[in-house]
Amino acid sequence: MIFAGIDIGSNTAKAALIKDGVISGTRVMPTGYHHLKAGTRVFEDLLHQAGLSRSDVRAVVSTGYGRASIDFADKAMTEILCHGAGAYFLEPDIRGIIDVGGQDSKAIALDNQGQVDNFAMNDKCAAGTGRFLEVMANALEVALDQMGEVGLTAGNPSKISSICTVFAESEVISMIARQEKRENIIAGIHEAAAARVAILAAKIRIQGPVMMTGGVAKNPGMIAALEKRLNQPLIISPYCQETGAIGAAVLASRL
Amino acid sequence: MPDKPVDPTKIKAARKMRDLMTTYYLEALSAAQNHRQVAWITSGGPVEPLVAMDIIPVYPENHGAMIGSAKMGEDLCAKAEDMGYSPDLCSYARSDIACAVVKGGPIGGLPKPDMLICCNNICGTVLKWYEIQARFFQVPLFIFDTPVCHTGYSPEIAAYVKTQVHEYIAFLEQVTGKKLDPDKMNHVGRLSYEGQRLWQQVLNTTAHKPSPMSAFDAFFFLALIVTLRGTQTAVDFYKELIHELEERISDGISVVPDETYRLLWDNLPVWHRLKWLSDRFSAHQACLVADTYTSAWCGALKYIDENNFLDSMAQAYTRIYLNIGVDQMAQEVLEMIRFYDVNGLVMHSNRSCKPYSFGQMDIMRIVREKTGIPVLMIEADMVDPRSFSESQIETRIDAFMEIVKHKAGRS
Repeated sequence: MIFAGIDIGSNTAKAALIKDGVISGTRVMPTGYHHLKAGTRVFEDLLHQAGLSRSDVRAVVSTGYGRASIDFADKAMTEILCHGAGAYFLEPDIRGIIDVGGQDSKAIALDNQGQVDNFAMNDKCAAGTGRFLEVMANALEVALDQMGEVGLTAGNPSKISSICTVFAESEVISMIARQEKRENIIAGIHEAAAARVAILAAKIRIQGPVMMTGGVAKNPGMIAALEKRLNQPLIISPYCQETGAIGAAVLASRL
Repeated sequence: MPDKPVDPTKIKAARKMRDLMTTYYLEALSAAQNHRQVAWITSGGPVEPLVAMDIIPVYPENHGAMIGSAKMGEDLCAKAEDMGYSPDLCSYARSDIACAVVKGGPIGGLPKPDMLICCNNICGTVLKWYEIQARFFQVPLFIFDTPVCHTGYSPEIAAYVKTQVHEYIAFLEQVTGKKLDPDKMNHVGRLSYEGQRLWQQVLNTTAHKPSPMSAFDAFFFLALIVTLRGTQTAVDFYKELIHELEERISDGISVVPDETYRLLWDNLPVWHRLKWLSDRFSAHQACLVADTYTSAWCGALKYIDENNFLDSMAQAYTRIYLNIGVDQMAQEVLEMIRFYDVNGLVMHSNRSCKPYSFGQMDIMRIVREKTGIPVLMIEADMVDPRSFSESQIETRIDAFMEIVKHKAGRS
């Protein structure tokens, strides 16, 4: 039996198919302006890629900020529940999740049955989110997907003291003016963002093993900074960006 | 025009209460024409001597709540910021300070005060706020200083606060040029005690399943015990309200249809989002049955001696919820969780109210350790809508309710 999950995030729309308890395909594309269109397209593309049609799918769960817009989904569920279910599906030992997405970051604690026990989300502030890194990448003229690698080469990370993205950006600009090394600034940015995210983990006293999910889990500089902050290794799945969609498909199978 | 059909879930006494509040504000606004004096007083301040001396008490914080509910907070807060006040300052203070200047808000501003009574049992912001208003209106200010009782009520605190009760009376006698009548003071004291006892009884009705009213109703009905504490009006109204609530209980009328989950609210309401929040929780068959905020106006009943109000008032006004240690606050929260038998705790981390929001992380941890119920934290502000992110809070509530339902075994 085939189940689908669709995760409409602020930056990217993700879809996942689970067939007989195994991931049979995933797809990611930019969300853009129209949530329903993005959800429909990412889902149709994935079906096409798998050689399936909508009638082959038994149930669909939507999640993410655009979850309510997906009118063909059987149920909408929050990304907190879906990331919990997805991470547990990928790695059943997981007890903690750090999810850093485009517009929010969260820490989730799971109980030993993989159920969400507690969670903490960032305040309505972009610090410690993917958007924060994006703004900084622009200011530094580095491609977002190169940022992690560049940051890892830093000898002496710069100190970013501002909490706010806007202030941090002007702090970074003044560092550029002082001709500080780009890699040091980037490493400093990762440390500042990691510090914000670590607060969420501390709020709910997260236990290991911890998995990192969300698009930002593709940034090795951010992973290193977070591992240092949390003082434990992070498990990174190749499906880190699609974990929410996979979880939605898992939950669809339980409807 | 024919009357609209009455919604059975609505509490009928609400209408009467609106009338009583209108009368109260009309009387306060016309005080000067009727040769009566007006005192502005903090919400947790010792109001009974004012009532006994026929001074009309007016509450900038109640006014702040009205501004918030009327969704007029943003403009007034922005106005205060234009005047040079920090956006980090309490939104009640900001809207009151701006309102005094522009005469804005839902009732065109509060009546000009003849004196200001500031009691710091609720926070420290009120000290500077009332000093600003004393300078603006050029009126005398009395500061009633209640030290924080971290672990208990020491003899030193008792002596210190009691001295101020006498100074307070002397201040009022000087400003009014009248003597306080001890018999009248005792009478008002007894009415205040009775009003607080009845208010507690109103709140207790929600222990019934399903609950005949919600915390959102309590936020509304609270206005009388704040503004008309010490009057027969408050006593009579709450008797009537209790009667109606008891009737609802016996008729099985609940405020949330199909109430399945019961929640406790912590901190001040988000005044500009009451309906939205109420609908959001109702959609999950959840009723916020009680809160730590409205019970603050009856929480110190145990310290009041109704036959010796003035002397016992010192302790009662010092040991209120916001003026005790975090461990004691957590104890009170735990008691409420047991008494109202709730499935979860919703904490409003209120950008405006620092003393209320400061210990919340600890209380959250203590509650989770002692009871295992899920706790939700939402960041907002009681009056300023600029601190409210709808989609974030919606996601948090939905996720929280998913956990509550799972733990209650009904997912």
